[in-house]
Amino acid sequence: MDDHLGLSSQQQATLPVGAIAEERNVPRVNDLVICVATSNGTGSISANLVLARSILQMGVPIGTKNLFPSNIQGLPTWFTIRVNEQGWVANRRDVDLFVAMNRESVFEDLAGLRPGTLVVLNAELADALQRDDLIVYTVPFTQLVGDVCPEPKLRRLVVNMIYVGVVAVVLGIELEEVEAAIEKQFAQKPKAIELNKSAARAGAQWAREHIPPQDFVRIERRNLTTNKIFVEGNTASAAGLMFGGIQVFAWYPITPSSSLAEALTDLMATWRRDPVTGKATYAIIQAEDELAAMGMVVGAGWAGARAATATSGPGISLMAELAGLSYFTEIPAVIIDVQRVGPSTGLPTRTSQGDMLKAYHLSHGDCKHVLLIPANPKEAFEFSMTALDLAQRLQTLVFVMSDLDLGMNYWLSDPLEPPTQPLDRGKVLTAEELDQITEFARYRDVDGDAIPYRTLPGTRHPRAPFFTQGAGHDDRAKRSEKPEDWAGNLERLARKHETARTLVPESLVELATKPTRVGVIAYGTSDLPTREALARLATAHEWHADYLRLRALPATAKTVEFIEQHDRVYLVEQNRDAQVAAILRAEHPHIASRIRSILHFNGQPLDAATVIEQLLTLEESEEEQP
Amino acid sequence: MSTQQPAPTRSPATNRIGYEQNVYKGATSTLCAGCGHDSITAQLVRALWECNVDPYGIAKMSGIGCSSKTTAYFASLSHGFNGVHGRAAAIATGSFVANRKLLHVAVSGDGDTASIGLGNFLHMVRRNVPIVYVIENNGVYGLTKGQFSATADKGSTLKDGLRNDLEPVDCCALAIEMGCEYVARSFSGDVKQLVALLKGAIAHRGTAVIDVVSPCVTFNNHEGSTKSLKFAREHEEPLHEIGFVPYYEEIRVDYEPGTVQEIILHDGSRLVLKKLGNDYDPTSREAALVLLEQARREKHFITGLIYRAPEPSPAFDEQLELVETPLAHLPDEFLRPNPEVVEQLNQLWR
Ligand SMILES: Cc1ncc(C[n+]2csc(CCOP(=O)(O)OP(=O)(O)O)c2C)c(N)n1
Ligand code: SF4
Ligand SMILES: [Mg+2]
Repeated sequence: MDDHLGLSSQQQATLPVGAIAEERNVPRVNDLVICVATSNGTGSISANLVLARSILQMGVPIGTKNLFPSNIQGLPTWFTIRVNEQGWVANRRDVDLFVAMNRESVFEDLAGLRPGTLVVLNAELADALQRDDLIVYTVPFTQLVGDVCPEPKLRRLVVNMIYVGVVAVVLGIELEEVEAAIEKQFAQKPKAIELNKSAARAGAQWAREHIPPQDFVRIERRNLTTNKIFVEGNTASAAGLMFGGIQVFAWYPITPSSSLAEALTDLMATWRRDPVTGKATYAIIQAEDELAAMGMVVGAGWAGARAATATSGPGISLMAELAGLSYFTEIPAVIIDVQRVGPSTGLPTRTSQGDMLKAYHLSHGDCKHVLLIPANPKEAFEFSMTALDLAQRLQTLVFVMSDLDLGMNYWLSDPLEPPTQPLDRGKVLTAEELDQITEFARYRDVDGDAIPYRTLPGTRHPRAPFFTQGAGHDDRAKRSEKPEDWAGNLERLARKHETARTLVPESLVELATKPTRVGVIAYGTSDLPTREALARLATAHEWHADYLRLRALPATAKTVEFIEQHDRVYLVEQNRDAQVAAILRAEHPHIASRIRSILHFNGQPLDAATVIEQLLTLEESEEEQP
Repeated sequence: MSTQQPAPTRSPATNRIGYEQNVYKGATSTLCAGCGHDSITAQLVRALWECNVDPYGIAKMSGIGCSSKTTAYFASLSHGFNGVHGRAAAIATGSFVANRKLLHVAVSGDGDTASIGLGNFLHMVRRNVPIVYVIENNGVYGLTKGQFSATADKGSTLKDGLRNDLEPVDCCALAIEMGCEYVARSFSGDVKQLVALLKGAIAHRGTAVIDVVSPCVTFNNHEGSTKSLKFAREHEEPLHEIGFVPYYEEIRVDYEPGTVQEIILHDGSRLVLKKLGNDYDPTSREAALVLLEQARREKHFITGLIYRAPEPSPAFDEQLELVETPLAHLPDEFLRPNPEVVEQLNQLWR
């Protein structure tokens, strides 16, 4: 198991977290990891979601990670559910209950498990079992599915629900909740409900008859998930675009962002058609490439629409030229970058925060963009709206830096809240307003915030029109190659970026329970595992640090102060090159030497143990210094 | 895009909506004296004026190149967008869906459209985005000082003698292949034909592509060039004599039967094609492709209305089922579902 999680044996050997290791030998309630290994394209995702939901319905927090190959059918895929009543549901390396359904990976899977792991093993894979330190339940799945599913073609799908029944009995998941979860999962396909219920029951029945009760790991009912939602980040991002008043969305398919566009397509068809005429108040365009997608977004923004695209690393590379055009011509645009491992194809189904530096400076010449960084579905929802508003307010390109972990996994999240502010339309002058002023200069800083006014094409006023061009222009948008015009414009754009610094979502700070000179910063999906690491370090190692979660770039004054106020600050990133550290150091050289990096870049979602290991090692070397 | 309002004052110098032709002009051109692009600009000014286009209601789109600069040289009461090289088609697509009431006019070069922007151009055509898309085709990259473009004919040479051995890209043929329903070819020096074709394009609803041979007098006007002024003048073979009759004017029937073909456009205006010896029917897609293939093989420079679909299909905004009001003008209540929808979504995801 650990092998496919990409960890070297050396990393495992150095695992210093005594707390985690000790817990293993005591019976644990609501603190476990289930991992199901199946083959891609066998429909196991429905079964896995039923399993996940039935635990949620028992009021116990979970997190899920779907580790899938870049392939449609036949390669191994692992679905992991972490159950933790403290809410620490980020990735964890080791597994307590393993379901082995896939021949492709079974030898490696079983070899990688730690001694004492519970294993639900498909009887057909029994030959792969070559060790005796696991607790193995060998289940005759083929025979069981034959009994409940007369239709041979469906057996490949239905067999998955049998392991759900087995796991339910092994862990103490209530069967009523499994059945309720099946009803929810197959709400659109009522015919499938009965069949799947009987499969789950058959699995449970078999388990009751053949598996002796165990109390190593148990799930018990709690009341900790009331009101929470269970949703993929991409779906939440899409909902945010819808409530953010998106009018034009252009995209080109790429994992892991496609499901955002697809979710948006569904949501908009339901809620954004004119109730009277049934016509669309929006356009969603599947473009021919990312050049076109971004071109459409920029064109729509120019004409006065709220426009966005969603893509991943290879896409932002193609959008680079137009990103610069948006910046220099000051046209509102939004890119949601659901980051994956790059460059180019890289690991297209693995997560990363590797586009941060590139996105911040995307294009050529001097370019600095605004980046919003959501850490959970609720924020993915909010930041889509914020991005559309900020793009209008600042007349520039705004990125939302999501990632595959957030975008494509189901997360337990606080419920979404309706927006409280009206849509921000930014500084747009109408014909009537033009009547009241003597001069309209498209690129003049009238208000001192470096944000100019604009007019929209079609405004019927002789002062309204201006010519938009990437080429050098003066503050009246007239073509100019004068050094002072060019430099003046660049300086104003830099000041506009300083205005952005005051408008972006503020960082969140959690102070340690004891005074400390050490700070830790994380952003995006590094948040949850980093907070888990800090909690464990506080309890198990008496090591305390203040925590700041960065939610946007440029960094706010509060963020800079946080770094100033600590002797050293560990910045956690899911990339190799410490990209955000590089940005902070470059923009704030006086704090550069305080920043240390904790880096994780193997394509797996970050886990607390990685943070703990690196932190302790770095802290040790800190102490060794005279 | 013309409006039905009668002109407040109707002197010979104003159009039906009361504007003088000057209103449709723009900044002074900075192109080389004698550049073909400037005469196309002049015809565009005339066509927009004569078609009574709202001078505030145009979206002028272009890529990068000498040709693309010309969006600054007409219709100065309207907004223009000189974007990036090759992306005018994509940018115009976005702008159009944001505001479908603007008359989108794109000016592009042969480098802009037939090389770097070819993909985006073809896909704009496939979508049938309503736009007047003018390709100012000089066979070279003017702005980067005279390299061959992809429309250079096989065997034509550059100033320094370098010969093009590659097959030329024919934007008209490609446009027809992609389903374009108004395709024309013209010559910047054939003022009468060009203005009629431009007016026809303005009256057409859907993508209208006009590929205009437009000599680059600085880099491609020598002996050996098939896009020089001299070559174009001597070799132009018009398919028909072409006249434009606006929807509000009666047609004069002084033609002999069978010598004239009438093409009725979206707003009721007509293109009147007077046959010239041949018997070409521009409403047949097959005939159009055969014509272009023959012209390519025999190196003929034919001009005129090459294709106009007998029955136009839905334009992009109709395909998208857009509301009547331009998206960019929709008030908040159309753009944000009720707050209760948030709760419905939460419920769905519990
Ligand atoms: C991405 C990019 N590549 C290259 C260029 C340089 N460039 C500017 S204009 C041009 C060619 C213009 O040729 P064409 O479109 O035929 O216009 P013309 O000047 O001939 O009218 C090129 C290659 C650019 N501006 N952008
Ligand atoms: S270089 Fe050629 S295309 Fe450009 S302005 Fe001069 S003549 Fe026209
Ligand atoms: Mg050219």
